[in-house]
Amino acid sequence: MNALVRVAGLSRIFDVSAPWLNRLLERKPKAMLHAVSDVSFDVVEKSVYALVGESGSGKSTIGKMVVGLLSPSDGAIEIGGVDLNQTTDKDALERTRTDIQMIFQDPYASLNPRWRVRDIIEEPVVARGGEANGLAERLLEQVGLSAADAGKFPHEFSGGQRQRICIARALASEPKLIVCDEPTSALDVSVQAQVLNLMSDLRDEFGLTYLFITHDLTVVQHMADTVGVLYLGRLVEEAPRDALFEAPKHPYTRMLFDAAPKLDGFGREVDPPKGEIPDPINPPAGCAFHPRCPLAVDRCAVERPEMREVGAHRVACHLAE
Amino acid sequence: MPEPVLSVRELIVEIPTRHAVLRPVDRVSMDIQPGEILGVVGESGAGKSMTGNAVIGLLDRPAHIAGGEIWLRDLRIDTLGREAMRKVRGKQIGMVFQDPLTSLNPLLPIGEQIEETILEHLPVSRDEAKARALDALEEVGIPAAKDRMGAYPHQFSGGMRQRVVIALALCAEPALVIADEPTTALDVSVQAQIIALLKKLCRERGTAVMLVTHDMGVIAEAADRVAVMYAGRLAEIGPVREVLTNPAHPYAAGLMGSTPLASLGKRRLNQIPGTMPRLGSLPDGCAFHPRCPHAQDRCRANPAPPRDGRAACWFPLGAEAVA
Repeated sequence: MNALVRVAGLSRIFDVSAPWLNRLLERKPKAMLHAVSDVSFDVVEKSVYALVGESGSGKSTIGKMVVGLLSPSDGAIEIGGVDLNQTTDKDALERTRTDIQMIFQDPYASLNPRWRVRDIIEEPVVARGGEANGLAERLLEQVGLSAADAGKFPHEFSGGQRQRICIARALASEPKLIVCDEPTSALDVSVQAQVLNLMSDLRDEFGLTYLFITHDLTVVQHMADTVGVLYLGRLVEEAPRDALFEAPKHPYTRMLFDAAPKLDGFGREVDPPKGEIPDPINPPAGCAFHPRCPLAVDRCAVERPEMREVGAHRVACHLAE
Repeated sequence: MPEPVLSVRELIVEIPTRHAVLRPVDRVSMDIQPGEILGVVGESGAGKSMTGNAVIGLLDRPAHIAGGEIWLRDLRIDTLGREAMRKVRGKQIGMVFQDPLTSLNPLLPIGEQIEETILEHLPVSRDEAKARALDALEEVGIPAAKDRMGAYPHQFSGGMRQRVVIALALCAEPALVIADEPTTALDVSVQAQIIALLKKLCRERGTAVMLVTHDMGVIAEAADRVAVMYAGRLAEIGPVREVLTNPAHPYAAGLMGSTPLASLGKRRLNQIPGTMPRLGSLPDGCAFHPRCPHAQDRCRANPAPPRDGRAACWFPLGAEAVA
């Protein structure tokens, strides 16, 4: 079991302070937002690792750091043994960068409306001086569109078709890792099914590794091999999919599962979760989840739980067993 | 059978364009009883929001009602003039939209917005209106409602804002609430809170709710009955448990099958081939036939039959034994 991606102690802090003059006049301190704090996980080669969490949990920030769109404030990300932020070996850097691609949530915003589909798909190759003879046509057929679509513009396609174009573009540079940030959230259910099936097929065909970022538990349950649950910038639980869905150990994971609507939940009366995600600029002391946690004890308010192994799970909770 | 709060009969909405007249809503009929939640599902472009907008009289021009009737109890509302409809809206029909920020005035404190709505529609004094506004906010679960009456919409989180919108929709005690994707922009845990709140208010006050959403899970948990729309038509309508577990229309069956939950443990999800046709190029015959696994010559030649019972389909699933 080879880890393709190794994330260790990853943190990212954003400075969200008011401009300095306002701070001076209003006597406000600097405001720092800890979007991601001390997150560590490994993504095994040719597997699907899903990061789940609600808005503000830091899942997209982690994705952006893995592809290199953001630099970490602290910690390391190794991809195929190369740390993109540390390495001085230019060749290794170039090589590793072509190994990573990304698919974004909104297929309407992530395709240049003035470019033909052919140029969009071939760009990752052409930008590195590669030859792209008929590559776009080949890839378009592979993602279920037709070769003739290469000459069209993005506005001629529906949302699902656009997402297929995004997938074709991501495949162009023959990557090993594709980071998918909510790839099907903007799509209808029946189109979502088509796109998810396509992604599974391509994974088998090209031996891809996916880092899947989503808030949709049903998609996670279908796609993921391993799942990491994030809360307020921290990993609270990580486990193989089946173990996690059968017996979640962290109270937050349990709350998330209970809150998700069930297809057979006719007239189900859920006791809805209490409270909301706290302000990430002033997170609660101790365990960040303790104000909403039904099991919280005094210790939770004081001491932050460390990640520890419990069976097949890794859990950050004092009470998990 | 009590009298339905809302009765939509053979509703047609048309949009004239340069090339053709499009019909985003085509002969749709539905009733909602007091205290009932009717879920309306379908994919983008199925006409579900358009139906909701037609009921509240907020169709964007050039879309307009071209046929059919809409009755609110014993008042026909599709033929009302703008001013008369404005009185009905807010007083008798409340609205909750997907994005709470677009329903709230960013420049007015929330307490004032609710007071204004109450004063507009109910014959009460300003003090009484203020008291009612506070009650409304407390009822939807805004913590420390009294102190937050003076707060502006941007000072609330997304879930809290949606609660304010629900308070606003319900403050004049309407008989009907149209909720168009009320939880789509929210996180799962907040979604569960909002759905529980809607159900509770609907049950306690006997309000009829039209819940428009694309999320089958939400429908399963919240709705009493469900209407499935496809390409502007009502494909199937019936009690939620029956439609979801034992759909009669092949599209409803495909929609259910393509949710990840329905294919648990399978390597691949079931998928409906193709995409929903554009309104300008609807196929002849039944609009679903090019994607339907059970399509026969009759489906290609004839438009889908008028809904007889649950499904508008020539060969409803589970009916072979009878035929």
